[in-house]
Amino acid sequence: MILLETLYVAPPTLTAQAPVLAIIVPLLGACAAALAPSGRTGWMISVIASLFGGWMALAVATEAMREGAIVYVLGGFNPPLGIALRIDAMGALLGLLIGAVGALAAVFSGHSLVAEVRTEKHTLFQAGFLLCQAGLVGIVYTGDAFNAFVFLEISSIGTYALIAIGEGRDRRALPAAFNYLILGTVGATLYVIGVGFLYAATGTLNMADMAARLSTLDQNASVQAGFAFIMVGLGIKAAMFPLHGWLPGAYAHAPSLMSIFLAATATKASIYLMARFLFEVFPDGTAFGEAFLTWVLAPLAAAGAIICSIQAVFERELRRIIAFSSIAQVGFIFLGFALGSAQGLSASVFYIVAHGLMKAAMFMALGALALSIGARRLDEFAGVAREAPWTAVAFAVGAASLVGTPLTMGFLAKWGLIEAAIASGQIWIAVVMAAGSVLTVIYVGRIMEAMFFRAPAPGAPRAKEAPLGALAPLLALAGLSIWFGLDASIPEQLSQAGAARLFEVRP
Amino acid sequence: MTVERLADWLANTNPGFFILAAALFVPFARNNALRAFLMVGGPAIALVALISAEGLGSNLSTVSVLGLELVLYRPDSLSFLFGLAFIIAAALFGIYSLHRRDPLQDATAMLYAGAAVTAVFVGDLVSLFITWELTAITSVFQVLAPRSRESVRAATRYLIFQVSSGMLVLAGICMFVSATGQIQFALIAPSMAGLPVGVMDIEAPGAVLILAGFGIKAAFPMVHNWLQDAYPKTTETGAVVLSAFTTKLAVYALARYFAGLEWLIWIGAIMTVFPVFFAVIENDLRRVLAYSLNNQVGFMVCAVGIGTQLAVNGAVAHAFAHIMYKGLLFMSMGAVLYRVGSTKATDLGGLHRTMPWTTLFCLVGAASISALPLFSGFVAKSMVMTASHADPALFVVWLMLLFASAGVLEHSGIKIPYFAFFGHDSGKRPQEAPFNMLLAMGVAAALCILIGIMPGWLYQFLPYWEEVGKDYLASDLWTAPHVLQQLQLLVFATLAFMLLQWRQLYPPEMPGVIVDVEWLWRRGWPDLVSAAGRPLWQAGRLAVRGADAAGGWFTGLARQVFANDGWVSAKVPLSVTAVASLAILGLVLAVSLFA
Repeated sequence: MILLETLYVAPPTLTAQAPVLAIIVPLLGACAAALAPSGRTGWMISVIASLFGGWMALAVATEAMREGAIVYVLGGFNPPLGIALRIDAMGALLGLLIGAVGALAAVFSGHSLVAEVRTEKHTLFQAGFLLCQAGLVGIVYTGDAFNAFVFLEISSIGTYALIAIGEGRDRRALPAAFNYLILGTVGATLYVIGVGFLYAATGTLNMADMAARLSTLDQNASVQAGFAFIMVGLGIKAAMFPLHGWLPGAYAHAPSLMSIFLAATATKASIYLMARFLFEVFPDGTAFGEAFLTWVLAPLAAAGAIICSIQAVFERELRRIIAFSSIAQVGFIFLGFALGSAQGLSASVFYIVAHGLMKAAMFMALGALALSIGARRLDEFAGVAREAPWTAVAFAVGAASLVGTPLTMGFLAKWGLIEAAIASGQIWIAVVMAAGSVLTVIYVGRIMEAMFFRAPAPGAPRAKEAPLGALAPLLALAGLSIWFGLDASIPEQLSQAGAARLFEVRP
Repeated sequence: MTVERLADWLANTNPGFFILAAALFVPFARNNALRAFLMVGGPAIALVALISAEGLGSNLSTVSVLGLELVLYRPDSLSFLFGLAFIIAAALFGIYSLHRRDPLQDATAMLYAGAAVTAVFVGDLVSLFITWELTAITSVFQVLAPRSRESVRAATRYLIFQVSSGMLVLAGICMFVSATGQIQFALIAPSMAGLPVGVMDIEAPGAVLILAGFGIKAAFPMVHNWLQDAYPKTTETGAVVLSAFTTKLAVYALARYFAGLEWLIWIGAIMTVFPVFFAVIENDLRRVLAYSLNNQVGFMVCAVGIGTQLAVNGAVAHAFAHIMYKGLLFMSMGAVLYRVGSTKATDLGGLHRTMPWTTLFCLVGAASISALPLFSGFVAKSMVMTASHADPALFVVWLMLLFASAGVLEHSGIKIPYFAFFGHDSGKRPQEAPFNMLLAMGVAAALCILIGIMPGWLYQFLPYWEEVGKDYLASDLWTAPHVLQQLQLLVFATLAFMLLQWRQLYPPEMPGVIVDVEWLWRRGWPDLVSAAGRPLWQAGRLAVRGADAAGGWFTGLARQVFANDGWVSAKVPLSVTAVASLAILGLVLAVSLFA
C-alpha cells in the first residue's frame, strides 16, 4: 500500500501556497505559451506548467488527507467578503486527476499536435490547453459559488477554441464547437442565474457560508428556483442525459489531445461541483432535494446509462462509440449520487477517477494511432494490434477497465457502486448497472474483435507504433488503471474521507 | 540478508502470481529458448514458492481494498494438492506446446493457469470471484485459437456459459456478503475446528446462486454441454490446458464451500452415468475424452457431496490423479491431431506402427483412468468407492459409480487406444510426435505410474492424512477384495468389449453428430413449437413466423432508433437540446417547488 506522503516531496513554504499555485501556474503558463516564439517552446512551457500544476495538486491532496480540508484565503481577505479556496479530500482527488491527466496529455501533445494541428496554431493551442487546465482545477478547488462560475467560463473558453482547432483534420469540428459554445453558455448562464437566486436569499457567495445560512431558512421559492437553475445548468456542462447533445461531436471531432483531456476531466469537474451543491451547500433532507434525486436524477441517469450504451452498440465511428460510452458512464456516476448516501457518493467519486483514467487512456491510444493512420470508422481499425501492439494493449487495458474486468480500477469502481446500491436497498439501480455493463461488454467486444482478431483490409494504410514520447504517457495512464486496480488505497481513502466529511458535517 | 528477504517474500506470495507474471512476458519472448524458460520457469518458481510456504492454514498475505479485507494467500491442506496439480499441469503444458508459435494462445494459457492456481490459494469470496472470472476470460482464447468460424462460434457459446457462471457467483456473493458481512471462508463458519471444508450453509442468502455458478463451471448435468462443445474444437494444445483447470477449480470450490451437501451426491452420481452412453457411440475421440471428463468430475462431485473425511480425501486425490491422466490422454490425442489432422475414430487406426511412444503413453493414461491396480486411478478412485460403500443409504449411488467405472473402462480405457492406435488399419503412417510432446507425455505417464506404485507419496498431502489417510493406506487399499473387485471389473469389461467387437455388436465407428441436451439450447425450443403435433403445426409455424417477424421488426426498430442516423443518434439539432434543457429546467423547478 502506497501512501500519498511517500509520493510527495516539497519544501513546506511551497506546500503552504500549493492550492493557488496549482491554478495560477497553468494560468501564467497560458500567457507565456501564447507569446512563445515557436511551437516547440510552447510545448515545453506547457509541459513544465502542467507538471508543476500536477505536483502542486499532489501537495494539496497530501495536505487535504492529513487536515481533512484546506481553506486558503486569497490575498488575506477573509470570507465572506474575500474569496477563499476550500479543498476537501474529494476536491483534492479531482484536482489530482486533472493534474495527472493534464501533465501526461501535455507530454503527449509534443507528437500529437505536429500530426494534427497546423504549425502556426501550436502556441495558441498550448495556451488554450493550459487555460482550460487552470479553469478546471479552479472549479474543484474554489470555495466560492461565483468564483466557480468564473473558472467554469475560463475552462470553457479554452475548450471551445480547442475543439474548433480540430477543423484542420475534421471539418465537423466547427459545428461541434459551435454547438458546445451555445449549449455551454446556456448551461453557464443557468448556473449563474441560480447563484443569483441563492445570493438573493442568503446574501453570501461563499459556499460554506451559504450552507450555514440555508440550513436556517425555511421553505423558500427563491432557494428552490436557485436549486433548479444550478442543477440544470451544471447538468448541461456535465452531459447529463438528455442534455448531452454537445458531447459526441465535441469528443469525436476535436483534436485527439482535446478529446483526452475533455473526456477525462471536463465533465468530471462539473459533476463534482454538482455534488458539492447537492450534498454540501443545500441542507440535508429537504423535500426538493430528495424529490430531485428520486424523480429526476435517478430516472434520467438510468435512461442515459442504458440508451447511450445502446447507441454506442450501434455506432460505427470509433471515437463516437467512446463518446457515447462516456455519457452512459456519467449516468452510472449520477446513479451513485441518487442513492443519497455517503457510500454512494464515495463510490461515485471513485468511479469518476476510474472513468477519467480509462477514457484518457483510450482516447490517448486513438491519438497515438492517429499519428500514423487517419482512421475513423471501426472497420478501418481492423488488425491495428499487429502493427502497433503497445498502443493496442494500452487501449485494451482502458477498455478492460471500462467493462469492469477484475484487477483493473473499473472493477473496483463498479463493485463499489453496486455494493452501495444494494446497501441502500435500491436493487433496481444495481440491475440498471448490470444491464449497462452487459451492453458495455458488447460494444467493447466489437472494438476488441476488430483491433485484435481481424486482419487489416488489403490496401488500407498500415498503422505504426507510436514514438516513445507519445507511448510513455499512454502506458503510464494504462498503468495507473491497473495500479489502482491492484492497490486502490489513494483514490479510495480520499473519496471515502471526502464523502464521510460531507455527510458528517451536515446536521 | 537479501537472500533471507527474498525467501521470505517467496514463502508469502501466492504461487499463482509467479505464473501470471511469467505469462505477461510470453508474448514478447521472440526466441524459443526464452519462451521455454518462461513457460516452464514460471510454474517452477511457483512450485518452489508453494513448497516453501510458511505454515498451512494461516493468512500469509492480505490486502484491504474498498474496506474489504482480501486474503491473497492462504494455503491449507485442501488447496495444497489442487495447487500442486495445477502447477505441474501448467509446466507440462509449457513443455507440450513448445513446438507452436502462437504468442496469444501461449500467453493466455499461462494466464489461465496462473489464475487457476491463484484461485485455489486465495482465502475469500471476492478474490475467488476475481480469479474465477479471470479463468473464464483467459480460457476462451484457447477455444478461439484455431481461428476458424466454427471455433469462434463455439467460443461464443463457451463464453456465455462461463460468464453466466461468473455472474451467478457474483450475485450470490453480493447477497451473502451484504447479509453476513463475511467474505473470508475461514471465518464464515468460525466454530469449525480444523480444516475449513464445506463452510457455507446452503440456507445462507445467496448460497444457492453461488452453488449454481460453481455448478455451471463443474459442468453439472444439463449445463454440461459447453464442455463437449468447446474442448474438441480447440487446438491440440488447447484441450490439454482446458482439461486441467476449469472443472477442477469448480470441484475445489465445491469442496471448500459445499462439502457434505446431499444434493451433490446425486448430481455427481448422475454425472458419472449419463456421459457413458454418449461416449460409447461418439466418433470424435477428443469428444469421447470430453464426455469422460464429465464422468470423472462426477466421481469427485459425488465424493464432495458425501463429505466424510475419507470422501473428501478421495475427491482431492482423484482430482490430482485425474489432472495427470486426463492431461496425458488429451496430450496423446493432441499428438494424433497434430500429426494426422483428425481425431475421428473413422479416420484413425493402426497408428501404433509409426507412433509407438505416443501409443505407449496413451496406454498408460488409459490404464490409469480405468483404475488398473498399480496405476494412479486405482489409488484415487478406490477411496471414493469405499466412502460411498461405507454408508448403506448410498447403496444405489455405489451401484451407479460401479456402473460408471465399467463405462470409463469401456470408452476411455479401451476405445480410445483401440480405435486410434490399433483397430482397423487406416493405412496412415504419420511421424512420431515431436520431442517436446513426447517429453511432456513421458513426465505425465511417469507421474501416473509413480502414484500408482507409491500411493503414500500422494496420500501424505491429503487433507485428512493423519485422521483417515494413514489407516486407509495401511489396511484398506491393497486388500485382496479391493484389488480383486477392480480386476474383475476390468476383466469382464474387457471381455464384454471383445465379445461385442467379435460379434460386431459394439457400436461401430460411425461419422455423425450426436445430439445431446445442447440440442435443447441450440435447436430444441424452436423445434418444439413446430413438433407439437399436426393440429398445432400451422399455429406453431405462424407463431415462429410471427416471432421471426416480431424479432426482425424489433431489431429494425432498434436500428432505426439507435443506429447512426436513427432518431436518437442523428445529429441532434442544437435547438432540440436547448429546448430539452428548458424542459428539464421546468421539470426540476416543478419538482422543487411542489415537492
